[in-house]
Amino acid sequence: MSTYLIRRFLLMLLTLIGMSIVIFVLLRLVPGNIADIMFDSAGFVDPEEKALLEKELGLDLPIPVQYWHWIKGLMVGDLGFSYVSEMPAIDEIAPRIPITAKLAGLALFFSILFGLPLGVISAVRQNTPLDYILRVVSLSGLSLPSFWLALLILMACVAYLGEIPIYTDTPETLWDELALYLLPSAAVGFRASALIMRLTRSSMLEVLRQDYIRTAKAKGASDNSINYVHALKNAVLPVTTIIGIEAAFLIGGLIITETVFNIPGVAHFLVEAILMRDYPIVQNLVMFIAVIVVVINFLTDLSYAVLDPRIKYAD
Amino acid sequence: MAAIDHQKELNRAGANVEGWWQHTVHLARRYPLGAIGAVMVFIFVMAAIFADVVAPHDPLQTSAAHSLNAPDGSMVFGADMMGRDVLSRIIHGARISLAVGIGSMLLGGIIGVVIGLMSGYLLGWFDLITQRIIDIMQALPLLVMALVMAAALGPSLENTIIAISIPLVPQVARVVRSSTLSLREMPFVEAARAGGMSEWRVAVRHVLPNTVAPLIVLGTAQLGSAILTEASLSFLGLGVPEPYPSWGRMLSESAAEYVRTAPWLVIFPGVAISAAVFGTNLMGDALRDILDPRERS
Repeated sequence: MSTYLIRRFLLMLLTLIGMSIVIFVLLRLVPGNIADIMFDSAGFVDPEEKALLEKELGLDLPIPVQYWHWIKGLMVGDLGFSYVSEMPAIDEIAPRIPITAKLAGLALFFSILFGLPLGVISAVRQNTPLDYILRVVSLSGLSLPSFWLALLILMACVAYLGEIPIYTDTPETLWDELALYLLPSAAVGFRASALIMRLTRSSMLEVLRQDYIRTAKAKGASDNSINYVHALKNAVLPVTTIIGIEAAFLIGGLIITETVFNIPGVAHFLVEAILMRDYPIVQNLVMFIAVIVVVINFLTDLSYAVLDPRIKYAD
Repeated sequence: MAAIDHQKELNRAGANVEGWWQHTVHLARRYPLGAIGAVMVFIFVMAAIFADVVAPHDPLQTSAAHSLNAPDGSMVFGADMMGRDVLSRIIHGARISLAVGIGSMLLGGIIGVVIGLMSGYLLGWFDLITQRIIDIMQALPLLVMALVMAAALGPSLENTIIAISIPLVPQVARVVRSSTLSLREMPFVEAARAGGMSEWRVAVRHVLPNTVAPLIVLGTAQLGSAILTEASLSFLGLGVPEPYPSWGRMLSESAAEYVRTAPWLVIFPGVAISAAVFGTNLMGDALRDILDPRERS
């Protein structure tokens, strides 16, 4: 187990180093750097001034040297400066993290709250009209673009409340704060809950076909006890994996939802930074997302071994 | 591998069907949701192919007089800010959606198949390196990866296809690699090798065809997510550029504003995206049940 842990941890580091190289090189493939953009918008280009700016931003150095500077900074928590606001990148990114974290947490909560029980019901009542309806609903959850869902929610707000909920920095009460995050996280959580529901259903069906379920039936266990005591415990195992992965991948949905609802979280910030070619922000944010995804995957693997005693990672 | 006589198998299973039409009807009865999905995809494909004939107006024709016209007799879905007919733009948008969807699915699929097949077949250092690269590619959510790729490549139709196809590669490569790993140990592969076939021919003629079923299932699922990703990229302003009418971009043009003033600009393009993806997903689910009996639910 411990050898496995160390191996797995080293692979995780390797993945992150690889990611940092990929993202760094990718961003420098973009034709035209920030200096070009600033001078383009000014209308005329003075090559000397442009060179000065590039020197100031360190863009005249060879790419490997630029990369080394970035990584060296990362080690000591220096993420460079935003090109746009000229503030330290860490000061721009850090305050936005709790906003996105709250949204993601709430969305995950919703998706488990609805996805898990509905998936179980759908499996237990397989091929009944209820199952068909739930399957169609879950499939539509995977088909609706999250930005459209968000827009529809806004539209409903206009129709019933007469106004669009506007994000404020300082909600007065806990209730206000919850109301602020409720709609966006529902828009993101819908897709995740659909995914969890589908997985729970198929995992539950798989388990219900197994021999020990037949044994339980034979010894006269009630349907409820079979479904919810015998089967559910084992069916939930693979679902934990998907919940872990989904927690990391919610960020994809958040990018869109934060943009539509105009919420100043990290996901929305990433889009803004990409559009402005604000490299220091983009590369640090993408690394941040990658770290979260990789760490969550790692933890999911571990939790799997804890939850299922049959799984033993070979040394 | 022995060829399966589908006709005989079906008859044995109690389905007395002959000819392709009865076949189709039989399948549609067996998988009603899949049939609905197939019809939706068919309509979507037809709209894309015959857009020039079906669309009532020119999708690029602007007209100040019709700016933000509500739906009426001549413009069933209303008009946008520039007075362009929304219905015609949606019909032409099917082209972009389908082109990007199928284009990126195929491109990602081909790269994935080549990498997966080589990785599972050659093993050794090649496998080790590609697996690490795939780990790296999977460390980012699809949309984030596509966003960065799209920004790096710049906005154009081709670049959007490339940007979406690359994040699709790892899944395909993983599926092909894992089936290759089990197939290469099978007796029929050994027999082919013993018969003097070159390794390359064994891989292409005997191993590859046996990975087709899971690939079709995965491909349909990826088609759906590719269409969604294109819409999302265009919505964020990093997808297919003007003048192509893209469903995602139709929604982005100050969408929050139109929620109040011109809801038809928000509703119809969204319905189009959802219907296309929903149809693909329904069809994909049925295909999985038909082609992959182990997953049958």
